[in-house]
Amino acid sequence: MKLYEIAHSRAGDKGNTLTLSLIPYKESDYPMLCKTVTAETVKNHLSAIVSGEIIRYELPNIHSLLFVCHNALLGGVTTSLAIDTHGKALSYALLEMEV
Amino acid sequence: MKQKIRIGCGAGFSGDRLEPAIVLAEKGGLNYLVLECLAERTIALAQKRKLQDQSKGYDPLLERRIDSLLPLLIQNNICLITNMGAANPIAGAKKIVEIAQKKGLSIKVAAVYGDDVFEYISQDTLAIETSEPLIQSGELVSANAYLGVEGILSALQADAQIIITGRVADPSLFLAPMIHEFGWKTDNYDLMGKGTVIGHLLECAGHITGGYFADPVKKPVEDMDKLGHPFADVFEDGSAIISKVEGTGGVVNLQTAKEQLLYEVINPHEYYTPDVIADFTTVYLKEIGENQVQVTGGTGTPKPQAYKVSVGYKAFYLGEGEIAYAGASALERAKLAGEIIGKRLKSQFHDLRIDYIGSKAIHRTNFGNTAIPYEIRLRVAGKASNPTDAALVGEEVEALYTNGPAGGGGARKYVTEVMGIVSTLIDRQNIQPQIQVFES
Repeated sequence: MKLYEIAHSRAGDKGNTLTLSLIPYKESDYPMLCKTVTAETVKNHLSAIVSGEIIRYELPNIHSLLFVCHNALLGGVTTSLAIDTHGKALSYALLEMEV
Repeated sequence: MKQKIRIGCGAGFSGDRLEPAIVLAEKGGLNYLVLECLAERTIALAQKRKLQDQSKGYDPLLERRIDSLLPLLIQNNICLITNMGAANPIAGAKKIVEIAQKKGLSIKVAAVYGDDVFEYISQDTLAIETSEPLIQSGELVSANAYLGVEGILSALQADAQIIITGRVADPSLFLAPMIHEFGWKTDNYDLMGKGTVIGHLLECAGHITGGYFADPVKKPVEDMDKLGHPFADVFEDGSAIISKVEGTGGVVNLQTAKEQLLYEVINPHEYYTPDVIADFTTVYLKEIGENQVQVTGGTGTPKPQAYKVSVGYKAFYLGEGEIAYAGASALERAKLAGEIIGKRLKSQFHDLRIDYIGSKAIHRTNFGNTAIPYEIRLRVAGKASNPTDAALVGEEVEALYTNGPAGGGGARKYVTEVMGIVSTLIDRQNIQPQIQVFES
């Protein structure tokens, strides 16, 4: 099953860093996401997009995860030649991940 | 001292829609309306306009926004706080006074400035992103420190009804009226943290009411065409209830609030602003009614000693061209077009990007999804040092009509001057936020 079926995500940007939240529709799915969607598995899934380190933050109060992906925006919002310079569409790249 | 105030956010970026702010001012029962209109790059572009004309350099939509809002603000006794001053808050304030005079309205406007540190920044200062001197990035055009609440607080104490700033950290636009109304001490960092959380939730306006959120399959949102912007009832203990005007489209729920809380957060334990280092991991969110989310928790530690400075520089001219192919062999024909363009332009552009929209252009991969696209749009982008050279990209793409593969249609070409942004730090002692008051 794809993450898309059980969770939603929003992408954000700061310079060349991409942030991706991961929020389960059912809060009871949070422990499972913590176990299966790690910095390593996400790095592997986004290998074509993120060339730097990925740090995962856990937010148990709101049952959500946050992935901070370095070197992910082809140089950054202001000077990249990409169509989506901000990487705003990349939340749905994370949600393509199989769990 | 009040025990509760209502703050609305009627714009989340420079080009945001005008109507939601009008709805908020008309029917929102607001005490404060915030318009956040200044993205990282916006101020560098505004600085360019100011250099051409000293009476310009404020937000290009200022006249339209103020013209429609001013009577409502006065009628409903709402204080407006906005960073539409961009590179020239004083000129922005004068313009607002001029609009008020034309309408026969009397109003007190305060400009908050002191963020422009271009004169004090050495070109040899190291950029945080590159660890190289700023000047290495390109010709510098602007340098603005992210100010905190100080200047806005002075303006509130001076009873200004409209406060127009340049670069101020977005959450500070919201935190300042909380401090002013509740008598919070600015060294009570837990309260600064709580107010910053509320500001962060509101600052992107439609982001918490269903904008940048709706997905008709998994996250359907009603009446997106009438998307309302949010307001918060903020209480003196630093808790809040986020909602929106009844009858507007969109939704405020746990999902929208969670997405926005984490938006653009680099470290949720340490969210840096000039007022506080806020901890977002201590926040609790609770749905307490239809379109009502309660925000509690949030903490903070002392503010950083330095201000962050955003430095704009002339990066390059971006040349772009697009052309579309559809039907059998659409992708093959688009790829042939891409190869042709690559060969024709490679001697002039060392940095050329060729994308096939419809196939890996946005995500840069398709995760093994190999379905053959029925339509493809070729998009070529290149960097140049001047607009004439940049235009070559679009010219070559357009010329594919008669010099490229079969069935190419809908060619478009663009040239854009691109401002880059790097950042550095400046000590607090070197910056004096100031205000100037104007009355109509």
